Amino acid sequence: MITLAHMLTLSALLFALSVAGIFINRKNVLLLLMCIELLLLAANFNFVAFARYLGQIDGQVFVFFILTVAAAESAIGLAILVVLFRERKSINVEELNQLRG
Amino acid sequence: MFVLTLYYIFAAILLAAGLGVITARNPVHSALSLVVCFVTSAALWLLIEAEFLAIVLVLVYVGAVMVLFLFVVMMLDINVEKLRGGFTRYAWLGCVTTALVIGELVGVIYARRLGIDATRGAAPTPADYSNTADLGVALFTRYAYPIEIAAMLLLVAIVAAIALTMRKRAGLKVQDIDAQVAVRARDRVRVVKMNAVRKS
Repeated sequence: MITLAHMLTLSALLFALSVAGIFINRKNVLLLLMCIELLLLAANFNFVAFARYLGQIDGQVFVFFILTVAAAESAIGLAILVVLFRERKSINVEELNQLRG
Repeated sequence: MFVLTLYYIFAAILLAAGLGVITARNPVHSALSLVVCFVTSAALWLLIEAEFLAIVLVLVYVGAVMVLFLFVVMMLDINVEKLRGGFTRYAWLGCVTTALVIGELVGVIYARRLGIDATRGAAPTPADYSNTADLGVALFTRYAYPIEIAAMLLLVAIVAAIALTMRKRAGLKVQDIDAQVAVRARDRVRVVKMNAVRKS
C-alpha cells in the first residue's frame, strides 16, 4: 500500500532535482522555465497526496489553481522569451543586463 | 503489494525523466523528458485515486503547455553549445543544494510531530465513489469565486501573451479598412467627355 511518506519522499526528490536543474541550466531561460514547471509539479504532488491521506478534496482543488497559474506563467514566460529572442538573438541569461543600474 | 510495485516503477521512471530534463544537451530532449514526467505523474496520481486531476494533467500539460514549449524550442534558433558553458562550474553548488533540500524535506516527512502518521496508508474509497463529482461539487460551491478569479487570470494571460508577441513587420501588405470604406466613386472612376474620333 502506498503511504503518505512514499508520495512525500518522491515529491521531495523531484523538487530537489528541479532545484538542481535551475542551478545547472542557469544560462538557458527555456530550461529554467521547464525546471519551474517541474517544481510546480512536485508541489502538486504534495497537495494531491495530502488530499488523499487526509480525506479532503480541498487539496485537489488547490492543484487546479496551481495548474492555472502555471499555465499562465509559462504562456507569458514563453511570450517574453520569444520577444527577447527577436530583440537580442540570444536567450542567454548572462547577456540580459540592460536593467543594470 | 501490486500497487506498491507499480508505484516504484513509476517513481523510477519519473525521477529518471526528471534527471533527463535537467541534463539533456538538446532543449527538445528536455521538453520530451518533461512530457514523460507529466505522463508518469498522471499515472501516479491515478494510483492514489486522484483520477480527474490525472486526466487534466495529461490534457492541459502534455496537450497544451508542452506543445507550446516544443513550438518555442523549435521556433528559436538557439546555439545550444554556447548556453552549455559553465555546466560544471556550478554543478557542485547544485549538488549541495539538492542534498540539503532532500535532507530537510525527508526530515520533515519522517518527523512524527505533525500529528499525521505518514507511514499509514489511506482507506480505500468505496467502489461507487466519484472523484470527479466530488471535485466538481467543491469547485462550484465553496470555490466558485476563486475559480472565477482563476478564469480571469487565464484571460489576462492570453491577452498579455498576444500583446507581447504581436508585431508590425516592415513591408507587410495589409488592407486599410477605413480607407476602403470611405472611398467614393469619383476617386476611382473618371468620366471623360470627348468627341468621337475616326479610326485611321
